[in-house]
Amino acid sequence: MFTTPVLDYNLLAPILIVLGGALLGVLVEGFVARVYRARIQIIIALLTVAVALGWVIKIRALTSQAAAIDSVSTDGFGLFTQGSILALSFVALLFFTQNDHFAPQASALPGSIEESEAAESGVQMTEIYPLVLFAISGMLLFPVAHDLVTLFVALEVLSIPLYIITGLARRRRLLSQEAALKYFLLGAYSSAFFLFGGAFLYGFSGSLSLGVIRTAASNPASNHIFLLLGVLLVSVGLLFKVGAVPFHSWTPDVYQGAPTPVTGFMAACTKVAAFGAMFRIFIVGFGAVQNDWRPVFVAIAIVTMVGGAVAAISQRDVKRTLAYSSITHAGFLLAGVISLSKIGLTAMMFYLVAYGFATIGAFGIVTLVRDSTGEVNDLNRWAGLAKKSPGVATAFSLFLLSFGGIPLTAGFIAKFSIFTAAYASGNTSIVVVGVISSAIALFFYLRVVLIMFFKEPTDETVTVAVPSFLVGTGITICFVITLVLGVYPNLLFNLANTMTTLQP
Amino acid sequence: MSFLVATIVLPLLGVLALAFAPRDNTRLIKLIALGTSVLTLIASLLMLTKYKFGVSGLQLVSSHSWFKYFNINFAIGIDGLALVLILLTTVLVPIVVVGGWNEAEGGRWSVKTFYMLILVLETFMVGVFAATDVFLFYVIFEAMLVPVYFLIGGYGRGDRAAAALKFLLYSLFGGLLMLAAVIAVFIISARQGVASFDVTALSHVKIGHTAQDWLFLGFFIAFAIKAPLFPFHTWLPSAAKSATPGTSILVLGVLDKVGTYGMIRFCLTLFPEATKTFAPYIIVLSLLSIIYGAFLAIGQKDLNSLIAFTSISHFGFIVLGIFALTSQGITGASLYMVNHGFSTAALFLVGGWMIERRKSTQIEDFGGLQRITPVMAWLFFIAGMSALALPGLSSFVSEFLVLLGTFTRYPAAAVIGTLGIILAALYVLLLVQRSLHGPLKEGNEGTHDLVLREKIAIAPVILALVLLGFYPKPAIHTINPMTSQVLSQVQVSDPSPLAGK
Repeated sequence: MFTTPVLDYNLLAPILIVLGGALLGVLVEGFVARVYRARIQIIIALLTVAVALGWVIKIRALTSQAAAIDSVSTDGFGLFTQGSILALSFVALLFFTQNDHFAPQASALPGSIEESEAAESGVQMTEIYPLVLFAISGMLLFPVAHDLVTLFVALEVLSIPLYIITGLARRRRLLSQEAALKYFLLGAYSSAFFLFGGAFLYGFSGSLSLGVIRTAASNPASNHIFLLLGVLLVSVGLLFKVGAVPFHSWTPDVYQGAPTPVTGFMAACTKVAAFGAMFRIFIVGFGAVQNDWRPVFVAIAIVTMVGGAVAAISQRDVKRTLAYSSITHAGFLLAGVISLSKIGLTAMMFYLVAYGFATIGAFGIVTLVRDSTGEVNDLNRWAGLAKKSPGVATAFSLFLLSFGGIPLTAGFIAKFSIFTAAYASGNTSIVVVGVISSAIALFFYLRVVLIMFFKEPTDETVTVAVPSFLVGTGITICFVITLVLGVYPNLLFNLANTMTTLQP
Repeated sequence: MSFLVATIVLPLLGVLALAFAPRDNTRLIKLIALGTSVLTLIASLLMLTKYKFGVSGLQLVSSHSWFKYFNINFAIGIDGLALVLILLTTVLVPIVVVGGWNEAEGGRWSVKTFYMLILVLETFMVGVFAATDVFLFYVIFEAMLVPVYFLIGGYGRGDRAAAALKFLLYSLFGGLLMLAAVIAVFIISARQGVASFDVTALSHVKIGHTAQDWLFLGFFIAFAIKAPLFPFHTWLPSAAKSATPGTSILVLGVLDKVGTYGMIRFCLTLFPEATKTFAPYIIVLSLLSIIYGAFLAIGQKDLNSLIAFTSISHFGFIVLGIFALTSQGITGASLYMVNHGFSTAALFLVGGWMIERRKSTQIEDFGGLQRITPVMAWLFFIAGMSALALPGLSSFVSEFLVLLGTFTRYPAAAVIGTLGIILAALYVLLLVQRSLHGPLKEGNEGTHDLVLREKIAIAPVILALVLLGFYPKPAIHTINPMTSQVLSQVQVSDPSPLAGK
């Protein structure tokens, strides 16, 4: 017999609002004259995200399993994650307002006549805004999804627009398109792994719901082979998304090739969504067999922390450096997942926010350092940046110090709490390796500070663009948040701590 | 607001004032910096009126919640050791400002930035000695590296950027080891229902034997890098070679004392068992430092490196005194920290003026200064004498106490340590002979003697060296209660005096 599905629109509203905004953006593309599009699209995107964020704040205290027939769970953890994604997206979108980062016409072949015509006629790429909104809607759904199909749909909704917008860089288009293709192919593989794992889990439990999988998994008499195969394959899909070693190889290429505002958005928001989903799946779904997967995750966390830090040392490109740094951070975040405790969850949530804002800010600053042909990503040409623009160099240093976990920045509190959680759960090895890889990582963060402050400017063609009002606001927000969370972490930490409720 | 809080906050107010000062008016900027540091000095001296001497335990305590979830507090308080080190800091900062009046010019950035960094550093230096919350201590311990990094890299000489980076990386690496240990101590305390970072509360937590050993090492290596103790010292010579004299005084005179201070405050009181386990090995390291530093000092051609290596030798004495675990040893080591601060300050100040005049750091470029600049030469001589611990100057008292305290427990170590004194005589007298005596070397003819500003700057340092040399009792009296408290926490008592046989 067919029962009418119960949908609680109040709880689903944040996702629906963003989807609505995206669809509206598509309509704008079709019906509004080209000259107005860019402005309207920006306003729609920012408003949509702001309203969705407001809605999340409004429903912050609600918990429910029934938002969409057992497929979406609304709980403190999910709402906190959604709130972080929206807040981070809002700031990231401010950097999308620099339209000169995106190809005027993505369909024109690089170097073709069409391309130069499009560039000359001043055509602007505005489809990117609805695409970002679609990606955000997927990110919002991913961490609250409670069954495997919804998870998979969310994964694809968040990934596919990202593949597209990765290839939209205005300059070095071949690099950008190569990155997009690489990201797409590897992403498709990892999605396939995820799906394959889902099939095993269905075969094992007879259900797609995480709750049922948990119940089945806690029954020792059941055949755990299929369960473990499923867990393994699902992990591959998720670890790919967060960029953990050995599934990280796409990260540097994609971070480098994508338009820089996109990189900032992707680095911060995808990570929040993917870690949110990962925590929910592994705690709610696979919590009963934690003794089986935890050692594997410990090993992955360790190689991720060390691998990212070691590989970053030899990088010469600022975006690749930040990409490897993000890999190291994925390792630290995995330490939060492994600790499987309330404090681990709180620490991970805090870490994601602290890391997210610093990342968006850092990539935001990368967009400002330019020469006549566009962005300058070669670190050696950043020499003496502090002389050209002390403010920008100071802000970038603060973000780097936060990545490095120097006290009085958000990154320090984040690292401290995640190490504390890991130690409290008995994972001393993680703490020791974490400390060592932090030390290695510090080397390259400080090298960048050194290049900016202590090297004489060698290249006079490199300039720091004066940020527009919105971009300046974005950097300021990131700067203030990074500093405030480092000096006075109480508010966010307590908020995260009260929002750790997870629907079983 | 207590005077302790005022001492911490005042330099920050100076930073604020500097931020609004016009960039080009360097005179005004220097006067603001000087005024702030003098006010801070006054505040720290007023602290003495509230301090009860001869009483053990922390005084002038105050605590405000900072990060509630982990029970982290802005908890400050001082005992005798912290008090004398804070006074050392607040005395040295105005001297650095006056003595190095022109050293910020010619730096990479403005004079304004230089003094803002110095004052920020002063807040951190006072704060680090006052912190009674381990987490707060750690935060300041790390954060204070950042202004030093910019002071060396922005205003130093030679290969300053590399020196600054080396300094920072070494210190941060030690700091990270300590962070792991801090976290572990907290978790252990939480398992026993204490869950605190308060140093007094933590000293009552029972920590298992193996855990103590590891945690002790985590703290100790961080402090040994800071101190610096052989073989963790390699960052120091390059930093001292590149930094301005003022920065060197603050780094070697005060900052490095955080290492030896931390050994007493944290290693000894939190991990008494491990302290006893490792003490003999650390004694060996400290002896190596004494001898190795002295030998390398003898061979140095660069004036700044020479002073840096003498410091490695002196830090060896301080560590020796601490880990002899006797009352004379620890009191002597604590006093040594203060005396070494003043004696290094004297060496770097006069040495800095000599270098400023001669435009060279090579010792062989000087010679015969005694004839043309008698005041400067005499002052350099006195500074040198204090480095070799001449009786009558303050270093003698502390070096003697350290050796005495060591002798009662480790006679052989004391004998080897005494060798350090002989070597000290060698490196100081050689330095004096080469730079001050003999015929006037070419290039020194135009050197003029000290100006009034420089005399004012050095006067309090010389006064302190002589005063503490002849009448060290007030300082010893201040430090003693801390010593006996630490020894009772480590649960050792002085060995009975060796009977004459």
